[in-house]
Amino acid sequence: MSEKMKENILESSVNPMVGLPHAEISKHKEHDGTEVAALSSKLAEMPEYEMVHKGTGACAGCPSPMGLRIVGKVLGPNSVVVMTPSCTVASTGMMPKSCFKIPVLNCAFASAAATATGITGAYDALIEKGAISGPKPTVFTWIGDGGTYDIGFQGLSAAAERNDDFIFFCYNNEAYGNTGMQRSGATPRHAITTTTPGGKTENKKNLPILMLEHQCAYVATASVSYPQDLFRKVAKAKDIKGFRYIEVHSPCGPGWKIPWSETIDMGKRAVKTGAWALWEAENGNLTINAPTLQIAQGKVKPASLEEYIELQGRFNLVTRSPDKDKIIADMKDGIEKDLKRLLMRL
Amino acid sequence: MSKRIETGNTACALAVLAAGIDYMAAYPITPQTTLSEKIANFAATGEFTGKYVLVESEHSAMSAVAAASAVGARTFTATSSQGLLHMHEILHYASGGRLPVVMANINRAVLAPWCLYADHQDSISQRDTGWLQLFCSNHQEIYDSVFLAYKVAEKVDIPVMISYDGFLLSHSLLPFETVDDSVIKQYLPDRDPAWRLHPDIGGNFSNVAMAAEYSAYRHRLADDTLKSLQIFRDSIKEYENLTGRKQPDLIEASGTENANVYLLSMGSMASEMELVATELTKQGINASALKLRLYRPFPSDELVNILPDGSTLIVLDRNIAYGHPGGVLYMEARSALYESDKKIRVLGGSVGLGGVDLTVSVLLNEVNRLLEVAKA
Ligand SMILES: Cc1ncc(C[n+]2csc(CCOP(=O)(O)OP(=O)(O)O)c2C)c(N)n1
Ligand code: SF4
Ligand SMILES: [Mg+2]
Repeated sequence: MSEKMKENILESSVNPMVGLPHAEISKHKEHDGTEVAALSSKLAEMPEYEMVHKGTGACAGCPSPMGLRIVGKVLGPNSVVVMTPSCTVASTGMMPKSCFKIPVLNCAFASAAATATGITGAYDALIEKGAISGPKPTVFTWIGDGGTYDIGFQGLSAAAERNDDFIFFCYNNEAYGNTGMQRSGATPRHAITTTTPGGKTENKKNLPILMLEHQCAYVATASVSYPQDLFRKVAKAKDIKGFRYIEVHSPCGPGWKIPWSETIDMGKRAVKTGAWALWEAENGNLTINAPTLQIAQGKVKPASLEEYIELQGRFNLVTRSPDKDKIIADMKDGIEKDLKRLLMRL
Repeated sequence: MSKRIETGNTACALAVLAAGIDYMAAYPITPQTTLSEKIANFAATGEFTGKYVLVESEHSAMSAVAAASAVGARTFTATSSQGLLHMHEILHYASGGRLPVVMANINRAVLAPWCLYADHQDSISQRDTGWLQLFCSNHQEIYDSVFLAYKVAEKVDIPVMISYDGFLLSHSLLPFETVDDSVIKQYLPDRDPAWRLHPDIGGNFSNVAMAAEYSAYRHRLADDTLKSLQIFRDSIKEYENLTGRKQPDLIEASGTENANVYLLSMGSMASEMELVATELTKQGINASALKLRLYRPFPSDELVNILPDGSTLIVLDRNIAYGHPGGVLYMEARSALYESDKKIRVLGGSVGLGGVDLTVSVLLNEVNRLLEVAKA
């Protein structure tokens, strides 16, 4: 580091480089008896390191800092994150404050992947040249579904094709939260958003499968409601070089019209109804994770989709519709078909 | 130092290689393509050892080089026309973020309709993005401007765009002199950034700002842009001293001294205008051609100082300032002269749009037409 740079360092943002212990492999039992292979079986056993300072501006129960805390426990302080306009950025704290202990690079909405491409490539070039000393920081993104499914998809797809060395995290709250909850490509059919007041008429994209089809180094779906599973997947991704995509399902109180205390419960219901599938793939080789596999294979009865729908205000038009039963039956049919197609990929 | 005869794009590629860039990302578009292909060749042969990323769009190219620049890399990209327009959002990001990216824009007309040839509408549409903008009128200027661009960009932490005419310069063969790598190294040592994105350093780059912080950043960028004028002048002098080769001034005058008619233009047209000035002088009108090298910031003082009281200034633009007569240089010149006590008649026209051939006779006709208007 040059003298000039030292002078420019803000006291408050200096990060000591602390190594993290490698998590150990163990099996973890969910409360309903399903067994999940996990690197760390208990939250209490995860590293103490907190990437997010206390007191962010996010809503109570917000899934974004929840997910980032788990990600941070794996990636540790030698990492940098790219963010696009989103709830996460809006709740960071105004300049010059920041609720994150690691450096953040905010970029334009469509630029997440290309920005991470630039960072990771520049680290490679400058470390090789000796202008920066190693070890190379982990480069990752923390991007909403809008910045992933929609405006950012072109750049994302290209970075995956090039196998650029970073982890693209999408936290998927199934709408544009920051701008007041408009529909996105990840919003499920029938959900009310501010731009679909009559309920969304289109199905959501299956973006994780599109990413799987890129056959990149690692692709996984996860959920803030399954922190051990998320932790294990991030740990796996951390040790892989090349392009990695992890999408974290993120129930959101104001968006889904659920009480702020229900984020975790709703995320579990999403998985247990089959509405959100948990799986991972290395170089295109798919593994379906326990809860989803058991439902897909018919070994475990899916949880009630009716309840999942009724509990969310965004589906009020379904709940109150005279055709409610038919709509929910169609939704179930859609979920079953999706899971069958997933099984066929094994 | 050696003499070479190459295309403008090759001249640019050779300079970029010599400038010791760490990171490049680009996307093909005519007439830029042969430039990024040339650097891809350097990468394939091992002459270029930095990182070269083949992105899927210009928006991503600019996003990637801006980010690499934030890490502290010396970066380069190149584009033309639609590619530059596609980058527009990120041009503001690079300048607002004070990231000293250097880019070559090979001037080409913009859609609609499609047109492949030289026209400055692409660069001038980026006038207020906060980028510093150099224009070149021959291969030597293309080659030399690359080093000047990095020198100034990294001093003031503002990105620089180097523009030159598509096909007329990018694909034509012209002689130019290269500079030895050791001299370039002296002129342009490795980049020493004031900040870089790194966990050892921290920070939250480009986080949401309130009005007070935002406006302070903007005013600082505006002030530093104006201050860069002197840094351009000094950096040109330093390059002259190191290479022993005379460089054109920010506004280079040629032709008759103490002329009473001055012909201001930029790009390849400016080379042609030297011949027009000679022709006019032969016809009994004492004329001097003024070649503008730096478009942003605009060297107003130079223009005011060159022009004698009572002279006539003809400004020819290869672009249109819609809603205002003529092109952007005409606007700039009038604005620069407004505060001066000198009485100068300024006339302007837009010529050569979409690559319309600007021969000496075409230019002479336009200049004579404007001189008639001046008389009337
Ligand atoms: C080019 C561009 N278009 C639109 C916007 C406005 N905008 C800011 S954030 C946002 C939605 C973000 O949604 P998502 O990525 O899902 O993140 P969330 O807010 O839900 O966390 C939009 C549309 C923008 N900043 N830039
Ligand atoms: S709206 Fe949703 S995603 Fe946005 S801050 Fe609130 S809980 Fe988080
Ligand atoms: Mg969202």
